Amino acid sequence: MANILEVKDVHVSFLEERRTIFDKRNRIEVLKGINMTIGEGEIVGLVGESGCGKSTLAKVILGLIKPDSGEVIHGSVHPQMIFQDPYSSLNPSKTVRFILEEPLKNMTDAGPEERLKKATERLKQAGLDEKYLTHKPSELSGGQRQRVCIAESLMMDPKLLIADEPVSALDVTIQAQILKLLDDLQENLGLSILFISHDLRVVYQLCDRVMVMRGGLIVEEGEIDEVYRNPKHEYTKQLLIASGII
Amino acid sequence: MLLHVEDLNIEFHDHIIPETVVYDFDLDMEEGEIVGLVGESGSGKSMSALAIAGLLSRHDAKKRGSIVFEGIDILNCPRETLRGLQGDEISMIFQEPMTSLNPVKKIGWQVEEAMRIHRQATPEQRKARAIEVLTHVDLPDPERVYNSYPHQLSGGMRQRVMIAAAMINTPKLLIADEPTTALDVTVQAEIVKLLKRINKQHKTAILFISHDLSLIRQLCQRVLVMKGGYVVESGPVEEIFESPKEEYTRHLIESIPKVEL
Amino acid sequence: MKKIKNRDFNFIVGLILAMIVIIPALIGTVWTPYDTEAMNSSLKLAGSSLSHPFGCDNFGRDILSRIMSGSSTTLLIGIGTVFIGAVAGTLIGALTGYYGGLVDDIFMRFNDVMFSFPSLLLALVFVAVMGSGRIQLLLALGLAFIPSYVRIVRAEYVRARNLDYVKSAKLAGASDMRVMFVHILPNILKVLMNSILIGFNNAVLAEAGLSFLGIGVQPPAASLGRMLADSQTYLFNRPGIAIAPGLTLIIMVLGISLVGKSKTITEI
Repeated sequence: MANILEVKDVHVSFLEERRTIFDKRNRIEVLKGINMTIGEGEIVGLVGESGCGKSTLAKVILGLIKPDSGEVIHGSVHPQMIFQDPYSSLNPSKTVRFILEEPLKNMTDAGPEERLKKATERLKQAGLDEKYLTHKPSELSGGQRQRVCIAESLMMDPKLLIADEPVSALDVTIQAQILKLLDDLQENLGLSILFISHDLRVVYQLCDRVMVMRGGLIVEEGEIDEVYRNPKHEYTKQLLIASGII
Repeated sequence: MLLHVEDLNIEFHDHIIPETVVYDFDLDMEEGEIVGLVGESGSGKSMSALAIAGLLSRHDAKKRGSIVFEGIDILNCPRETLRGLQGDEISMIFQEPMTSLNPVKKIGWQVEEAMRIHRQATPEQRKARAIEVLTHVDLPDPERVYNSYPHQLSGGMRQRVMIAAAMINTPKLLIADEPTTALDVTVQAEIVKLLKRINKQHKTAILFISHDLSLIRQLCQRVLVMKGGYVVESGPVEEIFESPKEEYTRHLIESIPKVEL
Repeated sequence: MKKIKNRDFNFIVGLILAMIVIIPALIGTVWTPYDTEAMNSSLKLAGSSLSHPFGCDNFGRDILSRIMSGSSTTLLIGIGTVFIGAVAGTLIGALTGYYGGLVDDIFMRFNDVMFSFPSLLLALVFVAVMGSGRIQLLLALGLAFIPSYVRIVRAEYVRARNLDYVKSAKLAGASDMRVMFVHILPNILKVLMNSILIGFNNAVLAEAGLSFLGIGVQPPAASLGRMLADSQTYLFNRPGIAIAPGLTLIIMVLGISLVGKSKTITEI
């Protein structure tokens, strides 16, 4: 299995926010040497609690943050992201059509008909009727918005999708639908997905492999059944107990 | 009986067309009982809870039916009587521990507030009681927490502070509106444990509102399932899990991600 | 321009009111019933008549003609000021708010310094440096109003730059300029529109104040502020001289406010 993503010994630190110009700014280490790989067509779960650095890792992979040291090697171009809150991740003043066509406008020389055709196709794949093309995000429900986000992330035919808590803001029945959609897309399009979540049950439902992150380090990783059955690290055990799994 | 709600209807008038958000809501709670209220966003569960706590003002919403708490009619009693109950006999905690604490006041002051209003006590007595409840909710170093500001605490600690503030007058009814939704899973489990202990030690009845059926199963004895403003099913938790009668309840249970090892 | 929203009375009424003033003002730039500066001592303080519907002022000049030309001056100064202030303020506010960092720090401290002077005083200083006259007044007021727009726009950009839709626009390959002006700007239009309206009203009032102090529009040229200032000596024996330009000002400001607050403009 070829690797779609390789992260080698990535370190990231931030300077503290300054309140006045005389404050001393301390460096806070957020990622302390992350190593990971994602294979083609694999769905990998990344679990950990808030502040463990999982969202920072996602931004590093996407190139939104430059790591202090280490490297990120992509086996594909244009990895895309799905965000947690479908209410803030869609521009409220644009139509669904504008949002979907935006990547094509910026990164390809596709003409208007071609863009519209692709937008319609992707929207349908995400399970929404093409009539929603002319809608604004405020006219859509949370689940519908998340489908638009998924359609948007597919516009550039990415090989790798990073989903940062994509279902934790949704109701449980909608959550199940979106998980099903992600699973189907993985199968039909051969996507690889890095699925970030704090919910171990959701991760179990979707992922093949899981990585447990704490304090900027990956403390445990492995096949999902193996990790859930025989957690090696004390922290993994705590998480599983708290979720009522063991 | 501690709480008796019958035929509660809540209607909003902020648009030109009145909009009913809760229909014919019935609920009976005994002292020391934990009842779960489950439903998805927009099901009317939070509105029902706000009405029971007496927090839906007469300007915002029109309410019909009756809410009787220990013989007092919450919907029609004078403002003064209601204020005497709130924070003393009835307390409420909310989902977002970030916004439900005042950012510019020290924790100690906020925890003491309900006691300052309802009880005659010297500042020393108040502080002693505040430290006591802060210890009781398992906050490490309560003396330090007492003197800190909300932003110096983590989300889990803030939710414990909220519980401490709600418990300072040992209320008979605690309404918890999604108190663990914004928290990490390990913290979530601890808060549920804490609520269980409070219920056992003080015989405080808890109305626990959540969208998460698995949490309700861990904590509650009885559950009401709401959808679109109606209670579609209610009964003992285990019974509803084993043999749900309504299609919607079954759908909710099936939507919980299963882990079979 | 998009369609007028259904039953948007604010927009329709506002537009009608604004047009009552704007159309005569536009005509006034090319034609007025009488010469606006011709004095006629026999018509001094004359009441309204068929030939002079609003009467004449203390120099016997036709008030209708002076309002027509004066409101075009006032409109020009109001719109021009807001335009300079809003465009420059949006540019600076967007850049500093979006990028942050050292440039932001320096700009904002500079802005704070500018803010510590009343904008009327700033305008006074600019006029003193550049000399008085219509264009100079417009520039002076425009410059003096920039800091308030910078502050509003910057705050909105600081808030917006951390929202997920901005990240998602970056992932869609949009350049910084595109993110700033195509993605974010439409979302802050509502806030900006409100400050533009307040700014317009403030500019009109500032023009009146400066003209009153004698450093705005120079006599004998007319502006609504100038006319109001001149009329106050006769407020009790000939209130008509004050009422006509005053009403014009009220109708204009009210009409433009209504349009600006209407659903058609603010709902994106």
